[in-house]
Amino acid sequence: MASGSSASSVGIVTPQTMHFAAPLSLSSGAQLAEYDVRYETYGTLNARRSNAVLVCHALNASHHVAGTYADQPRSTGWWDNMVGPGKPIDTRRFFVIGINNPGSCFGSTGPMSISPATGKPYGAAFPVVTVEDWVNVQARVADALGIERLAAVAGGSLGGMQALSWAIQYPHRIAHSIAIATTPKLSAQNIAFNDVARSAIRSDPDFHGGDYYAHGVIPRRGLRVARMIGHITYLSGDDMTERFGRSLRTQDYAFGYGAEFEVESYLRYQGEKFSEYFDANTYLLITRALDYFDPAREHDGDLIRALAPALARFLLISFTTDWRFAPERGREIVAALIANGRDVSYAEIDAPHGHDAFLLDEPRYHHVVAAYFDRIAAELA
Amino acid sequence: MLRQDLAQIASWIESNSRILDLGCGDGALLKHLRDSHNCAGYGIEIADASVLECVRREVNVIQADLESGLRMFADAMFDTVVLSQTLQAMHKVEYILREMIRVGRRGIVSFPNFGHWRHAVSLLAGHMPVTPDIPYQWYDTPNIHLCTPRDFELLAARLELRITDRALLARGQPLKFVPNLRATVAVYRFERV
Repeated sequence: MASGSSASSVGIVTPQTMHFAAPLSLSSGAQLAEYDVRYETYGTLNARRSNAVLVCHALNASHHVAGTYADQPRSTGWWDNMVGPGKPIDTRRFFVIGINNPGSCFGSTGPMSISPATGKPYGAAFPVVTVEDWVNVQARVADALGIERLAAVAGGSLGGMQALSWAIQYPHRIAHSIAIATTPKLSAQNIAFNDVARSAIRSDPDFHGGDYYAHGVIPRRGLRVARMIGHITYLSGDDMTERFGRSLRTQDYAFGYGAEFEVESYLRYQGEKFSEYFDANTYLLITRALDYFDPAREHDGDLIRALAPALARFLLISFTTDWRFAPERGREIVAALIANGRDVSYAEIDAPHGHDAFLLDEPRYHHVVAAYFDRIAAELA
Repeated sequence: MLRQDLAQIASWIESNSRILDLGCGDGALLKHLRDSHNCAGYGIEIADASVLECVRREVNVIQADLESGLRMFADAMFDTVVLSQTLQAMHKVEYILREMIRVGRRGIVSFPNFGHWRHAVSLLAGHMPVTPDIPYQWYDTPNIHLCTPRDFELLAARLELRITDRALLARGQPLKFVPNLRATVAVYRFERV
């Protein structure tokens, strides 16, 4: 029933694109005149259109949640261990939707796209978008697919923020909110890490104030450093010790600054890989969306009041070794939901892998998600 | 079939009330109260397998350690707070009883009766008791605060908890004749003085 050898992949998938000609008003007051949204779906929408599950992506992922692309065997989706036939979010029962959020760089309109106003890439002119803006776009996609009410919205990290925001913004359009490894708002430390990452990108001479496309360059060095910093916050200290310790790649100290320690080699590799596929402006935008997320802000910091409109039932999951969005942050959300008398369950998974655990194949975690989705399926039957 | 103390507890809970079940295990009591008493509420449980079972039963469960208290809950949020077969395994007994009566109007506790005659016989024979209700060897037991009904009543008085109901059970039946020696399980309902 849960993950395991009986589970299989959704197989070969093909992304689709929806064009929206109606302007989108953003939280900032700016507007996106028109935009494309890249998305994928898996499974079959039932006749009542009641079995749709929206999966929201975090910083560096996309609409490509599960399956692989034809002729690209290594293109497995980012949550393929969670979504598929026989997997916790079972595509034999649910119609699963993955949407690339605008501002990202995987096919939806973003800083790399051509601005209709100038005929050139948006670059630095692309408006800052927020979690709330993304949820509004996702609701438009649901409209276009003829889905009035989602059986569930699920996501980890920044994706979990979207799952929460859905319950606040569209209380009647979401039955269940599954928010994993997430927080009601970033801490000063979280914002500080984001700012260091952004500073790395913005200080790269190839950044050109965000309009590097015109110069035919990308601020690769900045992106690499940004990713290295981010990656440190995704792992637990123990996990790093376990995986790398103080192991050297060289015979002995070389008394220089090359990648002598295994952990240096690993981070540099991660940074290098990331800088080859991720857009620097998107990194700035999405980390800013993280910084700005704070639904309690317009309620004098009162999360209880912020969550008062929510009608969904909730599953919250935290990981004990996640120091980026620690269990205390998940518990704040749980406490506010309880204060509102909402149905909520909360699992605190004792896993060693830090924030990244939400992407990994941890049986206790997957069993809880599977059990929760079993119950959603039972309600639909 | 509910465990005997849970059936007794359920009989003291009014329909449509809000319940917090501390150490809720597999969620059996909460499910029963929801299905037959229309009660809403939450369970707190620390064990992964039990949390999973609660999710399966569609019982609201919060995975947490009771020893760190009930900070997640505001004052007087619940009509009744239940602590079944858990008190004897807790480090901070007084603290959890005070927390129960802070977040709830009423509290209900159940615990194995250490004053059962068979325990006394076992002690007289020179051994720590091992019985169906306290099935652990002394060196491998979660039970660190075992007590008798009278012991509990003294503590309740000291904490200014007014005991409103008491059931001393054996084989699921309340006992009238020398219950302190014959009951295997004690169940108390109390409120703030």
